[in-house]
Amino acid sequence: MSEGPHVLIVDDEIQIRRFLRISLEANNYRVYEADCGQAALAQAALHRPDVIVLDINLPDMEGVEVLRRLREWASTPVIMLSVRAGDLDKVSALDAGADDYLTKPFSTVELLARLRVALRHVQPATSDPVFIYGDVQIDLARRLVTRKGEAVKLTPTEYALIRLLVQHAGKVLTHRQILKEVWGAQYVDETHYLRVYFGQLRQKLEENPAMPRLIVTEPGVGYRLVGE
Amino acid sequence: MNDQRPDPDSLLADIQRYEARQQRGRLKIFFGMAAGVGKTYAMLHAAQSRRTEGSDVVVGWVETHGRAETELLLAGLEQLPKQQLEYRGAVLEEMDLDAILARAPQLVLVDELAHTNAPGARHLKRYQDVLELIEAGIDVYTTVNVQHFESRVDAVRQITGITVYEKVPDSLLDLADEIELIDLPPDALRKRLAEGKVYTTERIEVASNNFFRTGNLTALREMALRLTAEHVDHKLQDYMQAKRIAGPWKSGDRLMVAVSPSPFSEEVIRWTRRMAYTLEAPWFAAFIETSAGLSERQRELLAQNLELVRRLGGEVVTAAGEDIVEGVLRLAQQRNATQIVVGKPLQTRFEDWRRGGSLVDRLIRAGSDIDIYVVSGDKAKRKTPLRAPFSLPYFQSTWRDYAGAAIAIGCVTLSLLAAHSVWPWISYQAVGLIELLAVLLVAVYLGRGPALLAALLSAISWNFLFIQPRFTFAISALEDIILFLFYFVIALFAGTLTARLRTRERQAQYNADRTTALYTLAHETATAVNMDDVLRTAIEQIGQVFAADVAILLTEQEKLSHVVHPASTLAVNEQEFGVATWVFDNNKPAGRFTATLPQAAAQFRPLSTPSRRVGVVGICPRQSGRLTFDQEVLLETFTSQVSLVIERELLDEAAQESVVLRESERLYTTLLNSISHELRTPLSTVTGAASSLLDENTVLTDQSRNELICEIQSAADRLNRLVENLLDMSRLDAGRLQLKLEWCDISDVIGVALRRALGKRTVQVTVAPDTPLIMLDFVLMEQVLVNLLDNAGAYTPADSPLEIAVMVEKNWVCINLADHGPGIPTDALARIFDKFYRVPGTLAGGTGLGLSICRGLVEAHGGTLTAHNRDGGGMIFSVRLPSSAAPPPVQEAIL
Repeated sequence: MSEGPHVLIVDDEIQIRRFLRISLEANNYRVYEADCGQAALAQAALHRPDVIVLDINLPDMEGVEVLRRLREWASTPVIMLSVRAGDLDKVSALDAGADDYLTKPFSTVELLARLRVALRHVQPATSDPVFIYGDVQIDLARRLVTRKGEAVKLTPTEYALIRLLVQHAGKVLTHRQILKEVWGAQYVDETHYLRVYFGQLRQKLEENPAMPRLIVTEPGVGYRLVGE
Repeated sequence: MNDQRPDPDSLLADIQRYEARQQRGRLKIFFGMAAGVGKTYAMLHAAQSRRTEGSDVVVGWVETHGRAETELLLAGLEQLPKQQLEYRGAVLEEMDLDAILARAPQLVLVDELAHTNAPGARHLKRYQDVLELIEAGIDVYTTVNVQHFESRVDAVRQITGITVYEKVPDSLLDLADEIELIDLPPDALRKRLAEGKVYTTERIEVASNNFFRTGNLTALREMALRLTAEHVDHKLQDYMQAKRIAGPWKSGDRLMVAVSPSPFSEEVIRWTRRMAYTLEAPWFAAFIETSAGLSERQRELLAQNLELVRRLGGEVVTAAGEDIVEGVLRLAQQRNATQIVVGKPLQTRFEDWRRGGSLVDRLIRAGSDIDIYVVSGDKAKRKTPLRAPFSLPYFQSTWRDYAGAAIAIGCVTLSLLAAHSVWPWISYQAVGLIELLAVLLVAVYLGRGPALLAALLSAISWNFLFIQPRFTFAISALEDIILFLFYFVIALFAGTLTARLRTRERQAQYNADRTTALYTLAHETATAVNMDDVLRTAIEQIGQVFAADVAILLTEQEKLSHVVHPASTLAVNEQEFGVATWVFDNNKPAGRFTATLPQAAAQFRPLSTPSRRVGVVGICPRQSGRLTFDQEVLLETFTSQVSLVIERELLDEAAQESVVLRESERLYTTLLNSISHELRTPLSTVTGAASSLLDENTVLTDQSRNELICEIQSAADRLNRLVENLLDMSRLDAGRLQLKLEWCDISDVIGVALRRALGKRTVQVTVAPDTPLIMLDFVLMEQVLVNLLDNAGAYTPADSPLEIAVMVEKNWVCINLADHGPGIPTDALARIFDKFYRVPGTLAGGTGLGLSICRGLVEAHGGTLTAHNRDGGGMIFSVRLPSSAAPPPVQEAIL
């Protein structure tokens, strides 16, 4: 059996680390552990993991601080673990460069999915720029979006939004990140732009816009294009 | 016999006095008839023997007058440094009260009790220092001569011709635990004086011819002996009473002295106090306030007299009434006085006649079973009677008023003269009537004096200018003479009566103002909703009524708070805070115009009720004058009213706290009961399922193994929901819930909630197409919907559908969640949003928190959450959220 991806788990609770180690090793991951921020940075430097699972509350320093220091020299994908929905910390963690987050308690299935997404983004973009979800096709090369085989007319802004989501498929994007990328840095607080445009996008792309399956809202955080 | 039993009240008073004495320091007075009898010597001697017994003795102040034998006795006694006070360039030495209080010895020696302190000391008088020392639990030895006692001052003046200014209240004698009389026969004292043992040689001559005459000394000696004897007698009676020894019980006498704004009331008061002391009877002073006004000087005299009453330990009772005799008798009856003491009246016989007999005559006639004492005053003082006591309305007119009256009459006369020359048919009788009107108007606006002047002037001018023969003072016709005379008399009477009416009216106005002020204060403070409001109102009202700057300080943990109430208009600096603290600690007024710390800029009064001290009020009249007696009384009424209201507020606050405490205790208990159940159920599931999985002896099929794992999973979900609910609840309760408002799309919120909350249930969602974005906390509103969906999921059949409808009303967005379940009994509907409430008869599981949290969160958004049963079965939960503001416009990205 070939050596799987290396993952560093940073959490001060030994029970969490133990259950993650068992679940991840069963899925062919190579697991390292750290119980505090200092140890996490040391382990990351020593083992150069492919992905890091980082708890937002650590005994010696904030998870966000660990992330910030890590980002000074490594672009390793990081998945934050937060305790509560509505936690402002996780938004700042995402804005500071975290790739994704999970709210405790979470299922192993969810974690594995996020890990796969995070790892995929490390690989150079595939040559095939066509994204297919159910009956929706998005061809970035041809700037063409179709639903059930028919071309969907999108405004330039709508297209910019969907392209951004596709490029980060499966990954959560914060309001700030999207606004900054599409509208520009001075618009980062205009979240209502997103409400309006994502509403329109859903009308055009979703089967049932009231219960979206493609473009999912992450409450208080941002949006995610469901990648799988 | 009834009299054989000690009266319970007096026993109680004895016990209280005894208890107070236990904590208080003991006061011993070395008492003599005159200077030089050896009081200081005796005091030092006694102090030395206390010292050898091992007591901690210090000298606070001793005056040896250079006497060698006395100075010898000072040896070995610790002498505290004296306080240096600078006053108008001179440095004066005083006893350092604070140093003694800080040193806290067992016994302190304080010579010359009657001494008046230098300006700048805390108290005006040294005896006040002594009182503070014994209050602080320090024993005091002190010396004083008989002539200094307040009640003996008159007698001393009558005997020796010397007016004593340094006075000590007689109540100090009552306070003293021990009195030691230092007696010396007059001849022996004169011998000592001649030997130079009392004064230095040059003063001997003067002294021995004046004060130290044998006759004087004998009288003073008798006075001292009698005072001591009286005191000993009292002690004996106290003792007999305490031990229930049968003996002469206190008589049932009760003395009442009528006080008036007269300089000689002072002597009457002192006389009453002496008499009461000898009779062992309680006494009090009565003042009858008539509608007649008092002059500035009279107010001051009255204040002094009443202050004297208080200093002598008497109570002041005031009553209002037009007739003094009636008022005095009424008070006497109300207060069960057996004797009334009045001063010999100074009124003239005319006034007596006018009022239906002299005050004394009428008192004697009306008060049949009450003894009346009539005390005559000092002749010297009678030469300068200001006004008879209880005088007519006093109305002060200035020279301007007189000038005004003259000018008014002049103008009227001139215009009448002009009118008469133009229209000769205006008769001189009509002129007279018009002039009379002018006199009346003068009386109304300018007072009695000017009215009299106007009457005189108008009569003369009328006669001279109008009555035939004109332009002479002569009158030809007899009837004109009669007319003229009557005119004069009528003008005088009408002028006087009108002026008096006017004065009465002003007095009534003044009284009404006072009543209104009190009423306003009472009303405003009664309607104040909280402490802050009460204090603000009190400061405002006091400031307004007394035209003064006011500050209120409250207590904080039994101590006076350093912070003045923010509404205060009077700044309290460190020094004045010291005064305020003294006031609070001693529960007596101090500061400006009082006997304690008079150098302070403001006066401070305690705010206290019978049960506790609530704070201190500082007041500084903007015009630098002293408050009048009326104002003092009013201020006292104000402060006691304010104190009561503050106490009421304090009690209210305490009561509210205890209600909140009880309520939170009840909730806490409910919470614990409910939660322990909610926690245990999933925990037992997890423990049970896990142990089955681990147990090697239990043979499980793959299917049952899976089922057990699913049970663990759902138990964990349930626990997680509980924790989330508890966290939400505690955030709501703590008021720490901060909404992170942003523009949200309601259908987006619904979508997210559905994804999280629902399993297989079909939900039909209809959103009105024109639904605007509204300001919400996305996460919290999602929580509301999840809770409502969970609730619907739990209490309706699993296959019944749910409907969500979003509607737009004017300025509101309404989210209705309808189910097809059994609904809720009407009587339970009102309570389902209460914390921990669960509809009776519902399934196990659930804490009764979910809906309560929902309502809390919706209300935090300024919205409402209601529930009602549908007509066709099932119920509707209705979330209404405000959407008054339109979202800002949206613009395309520039790409």
